[in-house]
Amino acid sequence: MEQAVENKDPWGGGDAKPLGSSYGKLMMWFFLMTDALTFSGFLAAYGFSRFKYGDIWPVAEEVFTHFPFLEGEHPLLFVALMTFILILSSVTMVLAVNYGHKMEKKKVILWLSLTIVGGILFLSSQAWEWAHFIHGLDGVPATLVSNPYGHPLFGDYFFFITGFHGFHVLSGVIILIIILINVIKGTYEERGHYEMVEKVGLYWHFVDLVWVFVFTFFYLV
Amino acid sequence: MANETKKGNWWIWKVFWILLFVTAVEVVLGIIKPPFMVETIVLGTKLLNHIFIILTIVKAAYIVMTFMHLGDEKKSLKWVIIGPMFILIPYLLFIIIVEGFYNYSIM
Repeated sequence: MEQAVENKDPWGGGDAKPLGSSYGKLMMWFFLMTDALTFSGFLAAYGFSRFKYGDIWPVAEEVFTHFPFLEGEHPLLFVALMTFILILSSVTMVLAVNYGHKMEKKKVILWLSLTIVGGILFLSSQAWEWAHFIHGLDGVPATLVSNPYGHPLFGDYFFFITGFHGFHVLSGVIILIIILINVIKGTYEERGHYEMVEKVGLYWHFVDLVWVFVFTFFYLV
Repeated sequence: MANETKKGNWWIWKVFWILLFVTAVEVVLGIIKPPFMVETIVLGTKLLNHIFIILTIVKAAYIVMTFMHLGDEKKSLKWVIIGPMFILIPYLLFIIIVEGFYNYSIM
């Protein structure tokens, strides 16, 4: 009994760590796994409708062909830029995590801030893409019930899947800002480790990972 | 976890260049659409689509294994995360795509 009282670690079990990982990281992994299945469900549903309405389904490349400040048709360029921004923000995130391991506070602040900038850039790009899609073609706007490009379900999936992903990015940016404030305040320095940065890093890479799949299944295939 | 074994940041930039290169290949293929890749049909879809999917899985593997450090975790944790994916997602896709084809055929 005495031992049980002494053991204050809620993860319990003494020194043995289940799966060799900390409680927080493990729970983040489990959350991400379920989230990945959610996104698979969305993309699979998109695949279903696309196969079902194969003949009248709009081709994403012909819908999203514009690039800010450029005239004419540039299929895939803008979405490739968005992918690039997200990959780059993933790289700055790993750098922040890496410097967190080395307890270099200033560098964590630098790379974490750049990650936030990347996230905001991505969200702004998505807002532009949405605005352009909603604006529609030849004065016919794209809404949830109709769009000038083809089957209305295309617009629904576009809003829903990229919207759900965008909401993940938004949540990520907010969490990153909170973590950044904590880093600046020295919370993790005091705690002796930067595992919190690592956990939010896992989430951020996951958001990048989902975008890699959305990019392929929505824009390329 | 096992970060102490990896010195410096070179491996991060290496993965960055790999991801960028693979994305660039995808975009170029998506723009030029080589005719033989579009005309060859494998398993009900274009060869080009299969190439896109393979390249995407390559990117995903790099992100999960190096950026998310899953490659450095214990084998048991790796399987706990990857196992359900490899069972549930192909199953879901199989059912949904088969049904999608059927729905197309009766339209």
